[in-house]
Amino acid sequence: MSDLITLTIDGTAVSVPKGTLVVDAAKKIGNDIPVFCYHPKLEPVGMCRMCLVEIGLPVRDRATGELVLNADGTPQVNFGRTLQTGCTIVVSEGMVVRTNTQPVDEARESVIEFLLSSHPLDCPICDKGGECPLQNLTMAHGAGTTQMDYSLKLKMDKHVPLGELIYLDRERCIQCARCIRFQEEIVDDPVIRFHNRGRSLEIVTLSDPGFDSYWSGNTTDICPVGALTTSDFRFGARPWELIPVASISVHSPAGANLTFSTRREAKSGGRSVIKRVLPRQNENVNEIWIHDRDRFVHQFADAPDRLQKPLIRKNGQLVEAGWEEAIELVAHKLNGLGEKAAGLSGDRLSNEDLFLFQKFLRQGVKTPHLDLGNRTIMGGDVTAKVGISSGSNLGELGQGDAIVVVASDLHEEEPIWWLRVKQAAQRGATLVILSARPTRLDKFASHTIYYRPGEAVATTRQLLNAAKIAVETAEPDPIKTAADALINAQNLVAFYGAEGLTLAETDTIARLLGNLLLVKGEQPHAGRKNNGLIAVWPHNNTQGAWDMGIHPAFGPGYKALDIPGKDAAAIYAGVQSGEISALYVAGTDPIGDGLLADRGKLDFLVVQELFLTETAKLADVVLPAQSWAERDGTFTSGERRVQRYYPAIPPVGESREDWRILAQIGEKLGLGKTPFAASLVFKEVATAVPAYKGMDYRSLARVEEQWPIIGRSDLYYGGTAYDNKHGLGQQWAAAAEAAAVESFDTADTPTNQPDGIRLIRAAALFTPGTLINHAEVLAERLAKPTLWVNEADASHLQVADGYVVNVAVNGRAVPAIVQMNGKLLKGTAVLRGVPYFPGVVQLEVIGNR
Amino acid sequence: MAHILLRHRDIENIKKLDVYRQHGGYEALKKALTMTPAEVTNVVKASGLRGRGGAGFPTGLKWTFIPKGAQEVYVTINSDESEMGTFKDRELLEYNPHQVIEGALICAYAVGAKRIYNYMRGEFMDAGYAFEEAVQECYAAGLLGENILGSDFSCDMAPYYGAGAYICGEETALLNSLMGELGQPWSKPPFPAIEGLYHKPTVVNNTETLANVPAIISNGADWYKSMGTEKSTGPKIVCLSGHVNKPGNYEVIMGLTYRELIYDEQYGGGIPGGKKFKAMLPSGGSGPVVKEDALDAPITYEGLDKFGSVMGSASVVIMDETTDMVWMAMKCVHFFKHESCGKCTPCREGTYWMDQLLHKIYHGHGTAEDLRVLKSVAGQIGGRTLCALGDFAINPVLSTIRHFPEEYEAKVKGNSPLNGNR
Repeated sequence: MSDLITLTIDGTAVSVPKGTLVVDAAKKIGNDIPVFCYHPKLEPVGMCRMCLVEIGLPVRDRATGELVLNADGTPQVNFGRTLQTGCTIVVSEGMVVRTNTQPVDEARESVIEFLLSSHPLDCPICDKGGECPLQNLTMAHGAGTTQMDYSLKLKMDKHVPLGELIYLDRERCIQCARCIRFQEEIVDDPVIRFHNRGRSLEIVTLSDPGFDSYWSGNTTDICPVGALTTSDFRFGARPWELIPVASISVHSPAGANLTFSTRREAKSGGRSVIKRVLPRQNENVNEIWIHDRDRFVHQFADAPDRLQKPLIRKNGQLVEAGWEEAIELVAHKLNGLGEKAAGLSGDRLSNEDLFLFQKFLRQGVKTPHLDLGNRTIMGGDVTAKVGISSGSNLGELGQGDAIVVVASDLHEEEPIWWLRVKQAAQRGATLVILSARPTRLDKFASHTIYYRPGEAVATTRQLLNAAKIAVETAEPDPIKTAADALINAQNLVAFYGAEGLTLAETDTIARLLGNLLLVKGEQPHAGRKNNGLIAVWPHNNTQGAWDMGIHPAFGPGYKALDIPGKDAAAIYAGVQSGEISALYVAGTDPIGDGLLADRGKLDFLVVQELFLTETAKLADVVLPAQSWAERDGTFTSGERRVQRYYPAIPPVGESREDWRILAQIGEKLGLGKTPFAASLVFKEVATAVPAYKGMDYRSLARVEEQWPIIGRSDLYYGGTAYDNKHGLGQQWAAAAEAAAVESFDTADTPTNQPDGIRLIRAAALFTPGTLINHAEVLAERLAKPTLWVNEADASHLQVADGYVVNVAVNGRAVPAIVQMNGKLLKGTAVLRGVPYFPGVVQLEVIGNR
Repeated sequence: MAHILLRHRDIENIKKLDVYRQHGGYEALKKALTMTPAEVTNVVKASGLRGRGGAGFPTGLKWTFIPKGAQEVYVTINSDESEMGTFKDRELLEYNPHQVIEGALICAYAVGAKRIYNYMRGEFMDAGYAFEEAVQECYAAGLLGENILGSDFSCDMAPYYGAGAYICGEETALLNSLMGELGQPWSKPPFPAIEGLYHKPTVVNNTETLANVPAIISNGADWYKSMGTEKSTGPKIVCLSGHVNKPGNYEVIMGLTYRELIYDEQYGGGIPGGKKFKAMLPSGGSGPVVKEDALDAPITYEGLDKFGSVMGSASVVIMDETTDMVWMAMKCVHFFKHESCGKCTPCREGTYWMDQLLHKIYHGHGTAEDLRVLKSVAGQIGGRTLCALGDFAINPVLSTIRHFPEEYEAKVKGNSPLNGNR
């Protein structure tokens, strides 16, 4: 039997895949059966009754199974006594659906009337007014009048905070349960539920703090009315005043597609400001979901303490200066310094910025010494070879496929990947987790292997070795079982992070997993669609930094350099020893991050930044850069997808794009004319980086039809997630896709396995940082320093839940709250909500109270 | 005539296991265990037994819907008896619990279930305790647990108390509640027989239905079919209440007329004070009201078809000539508004709206427009809700408007002679 089912909807025959719901089949031929509770990403429930239609099935003779025909030869169709919900009925062969009959019209009219009978109709002050499915469907299907006597109308609370981020208006709520179902079905955070029954049914939060979920903002998107609103946007603007601008997450390595809603405001002096951030549909990346950091962090772009003008140190003070003077000064100071100079950049900058950064240093200043300021994870050269193949979509993984996650808490480090991996596991993919501690992903895993901190490399090596042995071992051990499950999978995706690892260890793990993808010899997993390695990079454009050659040993496009320069650690040492006399810092804060104590013996320090960071405070020249919201550019995600973002708001003060600043100084050093636009810099990138060949701003902006159809002006599926009109991005091909790659050398890495209780640092989504600290609404969500210890270790340390202890980290005492965690291995302790430190250290608790 | 279901009225202390066994108790189970599950189901199918909870679905047929070879199957006894005027299951649980347990065990054997839940109305504490005691007795006697009566058949039973929601008598809401979820029905399909408790095939049968099963197995389908009518076989417990001299549960053979039930000395014994019959709710608050012309209809599943009503769970509420029908409708609707789960729009909003309108009309503030809107709202609920509760809620309204329009008109004109009569 064919997988296509043919049915007739209002006389039009339509063929859709088996399992399609009637409403979706109708949508495919442009017949919008109205819905409220139905959402294509959620299980249908048939609650709102808006989608009632007439559904008839062909009559079959009971004895023969043959179709019973009418006199005219057409099949006889039996319609049920009552209308049926199109959102819960799956299509079947020969089904006949009528959506334009009088009973259907009447049913729609009455559901609208019922909903409005207790709806406040405060559209003039409602945030959803103008993009509200209830408004639209009332206009389309409502009677225009009501039989309701207003004196009988129910009054309910209109400002119920579910948490400090999300507010509920109980009068506007139409009890469609989309929010509840989203939290339960999609993100496994069932922290809001219905309470009570009948007309008293209301949404309540069960968590403390209220609505404690990284995904809470999405409920306001899919709410088909204005019942749920975010605290940053509520009563802030009307939807029709807002201009949507496409963008990309500035934090997260999965590269979530965003839309800024911007508006010119009197209170901002006529400037355009970002009013809210919404998801932009990209079914290959974030579908239609974003986490709350991406949604609320934008406030830093409009922060009042942004740098407005170049600053030059004069008589020991940083004073404002003009661009000409600043550029002249920097060019003059760096000219001819050669290897005495060095550069450090951050990995939040765009590809264009990073490309010109390395060009400026290598060709302008003529120094090989450049690196990321705070690199925490290696392996870009490995992902370039066996990274997840182009054309892959984690949303396609399921039964028969496998995913392995090593040393990463995806729920904290990149919730989008956590969601995609969780969903793959729920579709039937085998999930193997190697971790030093329990994480939120474990409950979806088929195999969970906990190792002691410091044993990540050894455990991964065991996994790889077990995968290489074809024969069954006599004793089934968990690692062998997991390895077999991985290696026998149709498709294999490997994630690795840096939790509790040193830089060298992350490098080895990347190579070990690279080899795992190559185990199958002639037909390796690597190189095939939906297979490959993904590094859980710490930032949105760490991948781009690798691609652009922000690495002491690689030029753009992973071209190995004959003589490598100094890496960040050597540069920091050189600053102290005087070997490095001038340092150019762009988008990173080594002093604030504790990587560099002070200026050391530097003669000259330039910082290019958004804010006056700790490093900038000590600089000789501070150059104000534009945030990503103010300009265009590209980021490359951890899946190696190059994606464009667009300018949303005007530049702050006299700030300039990072790449333009670098090009303008470079011009003085003989690097040629400054390009007019980022797109021209990207052209240069596409020439220098072979994998980017053929990409340009036009190809990156290409879109194609996506399903479900979200965010169109018809608001059909409701919700304010935006349609993607500005580019799905382009994934560059890993080397293994074109030709076989050699297996990787995986020499042993020295590891630190201290005595006593081993302490590692765990990432948290809301770890305080330069950008996030500027997002006022997230203030209460910032991760507080917390020490997780096993009960046995806690009693050994004489601490218990709620104790505040001082933990020695990098020679500093960090106060942290103790939380006992029964699932932690004995001898393992985890510190969360503190700045990054690498590897494993011995837990030292200095006093407690 | 000896009772088949309410046997405790003939045999003292039959709620005790030894007494029940002295009178043939668990012999039917013994017999069933010598048959194949399919044979057991076939006997029940052939008996014509239909669901006694009100819907009247053929019981044996329901059992056949459990997929063959299913590994994990559940039986759930629906004892969440919450319909207005219904009080039959509580009597069975309280005084003749072993017959329910035996019926449920036979059902579990027939469908291959290893676990039975009894979802009991939480307010019926005495019935619950009596049932729990009976379950304990069964475990002690090897009638529940591993290798029942020395056979290969093992089965557990867990009594469970509902938390006071009418809607949890609806099978899918019941299962949700039993799983610890909010007591709201789900949209069928999936039907419980395919995807029920914990997403496994589940049979949900009414308490009284299962109480019929032991006698059917013991005496055979033909014996059972010899009672009642062609489509409504066997005995039925009728809950008689309202304006009758002798309210209570009566076990009748289906086919008895309502008139006999009300006026016969062995049943209701007539209306107090010799007052005239006015109307009757044949199925508690959820079935349409009927007038005197329906009295000669037989008490069967289809007996009231031509009067636009149903036997349902046979909770017969009698109203004499003095009863204010608007008041009655208001009380019923108030109940349904209170018990609407709120999941689907027409029921949640519509019952609330009807309740408001009926209060307004009853209290003399209503207008002709309110009456029109009331009819309109009821019509907008009908056939459009997720479960049957919405349809139940409009029955008392539309049927009283149809049969007693003058009472509504008197209310909206402010000259009702019946104001307040109950």
